[in-house]
Amino acid sequence: MTLWLYALQRGSALILAPLVIAHLALILIASRDGLSAAEILARTQGSVAWAAFYGLFVVAAAVHAPIGLRNVLRETTPWQGRGLDLAMVLVFFVMLALGLRAVVAVVGT
Amino acid sequence: MGRIVRQELDVSIWRGGPGGAQGAFHRYRVPQRADQTVLDVVTWVQRHLEPALAYRFSCRVGMCGSCAMTVNGRPRWTCRSHVGKVAPGGRLEIAPLANLPVIRDLATDMTGFFEKWQRAGGRFVPTLSRADPPVRISAESPQRKAADAGIECINCGVCYSACDVVRGRPDYLGPAALNRAWTLVNDERHGDVPGVLRAVSEDGGCHACHSQGSCTAHCPLSLDPSAAIAGLKRRTLLDLIGL
Repeated sequence: MTLWLYALQRGSALILAPLVIAHLALILIASRDGLSAAEILARTQGSVAWAAFYGLFVVAAAVHAPIGLRNVLRETTPWQGRGLDLAMVLVFFVMLALGLRAVVAVVGT
Repeated sequence: MGRIVRQELDVSIWRGGPGGAQGAFHRYRVPQRADQTVLDVVTWVQRHLEPALAYRFSCRVGMCGSCAMTVNGRPRWTCRSHVGKVAPGGRLEIAPLANLPVIRDLATDMTGFFEKWQRAGGRFVPTLSRADPPVRISAESPQRKAADAGIECINCGVCYSACDVVRGRPDYLGPAALNRAWTLVNDERHGDVPGVLRAVSEDGGCHACHSQGSCTAHCPLSLDPSAAIAGLKRRTLLDLIGL
């Protein structure tokens, strides 16, 4: 289980690294060009490519963050054991649901 | 000890029982001498001022690994730490090793430290008997070189005391035990490499390491436990994905 969590966290980090760079670049380009929300949505709605990009982003972030948070909490607080593990599973589902909801809002027609 | 060269050292030594119970630093004036080690200072205090001072040492020449203490905030072998180098201002603060339970004063309980060597699969499992001829292993093989790089560890506990992950997670195996495990993974004569890889992949194993490298920075033998742990992480990951 520990090894699997380690592999999942490193694997998701590998996926996230280029996606985060692309995401940040995208923010800079979109805001510098002064695109309105409507103009952005016109480009993203119905786009399979944007859905795949941000869908993968959300899944990787939802996997990555709770594993790291669990490690931080285990090392810095007395919170250990099953309760913490279940809470982190909940964090995973909450992040996944919120993230996918945002993706649907941006690419849905 | 050599002749008295200058003046007195201002020495604070931790005195106290288990768990820091009623513990405090006590100050002593100790004559400064040429070529004086921190162990010389502790021994002088015990022989002249505090006969009940508890501390541990054996060989006095950096062979046995029993005299490690926290000197001016850093874990060190006291027998190989010259006062002139570690306390040029003549002020010494000597405490027991961190991350280990204190028995009394400067003596720590190493039981948990050695139990973790066992937990990490540190026991050699032979594949041959004494009736078999010795295995011929090239000293130049990459595996043997990786094993040789960590094999000189003398279990002094300095890396364990310097490790911030051990401080945060007392169940973490620690750099010394994992360094031992890595030498066995690379020992072609060892009969249970999968067992070692399983042991170091348990909760509190090599994957808990933050790669801060404090172990490597403090090792008195200049070994590199941090690289050994990185090797274990790599090896377990490759095993998991079948490479």
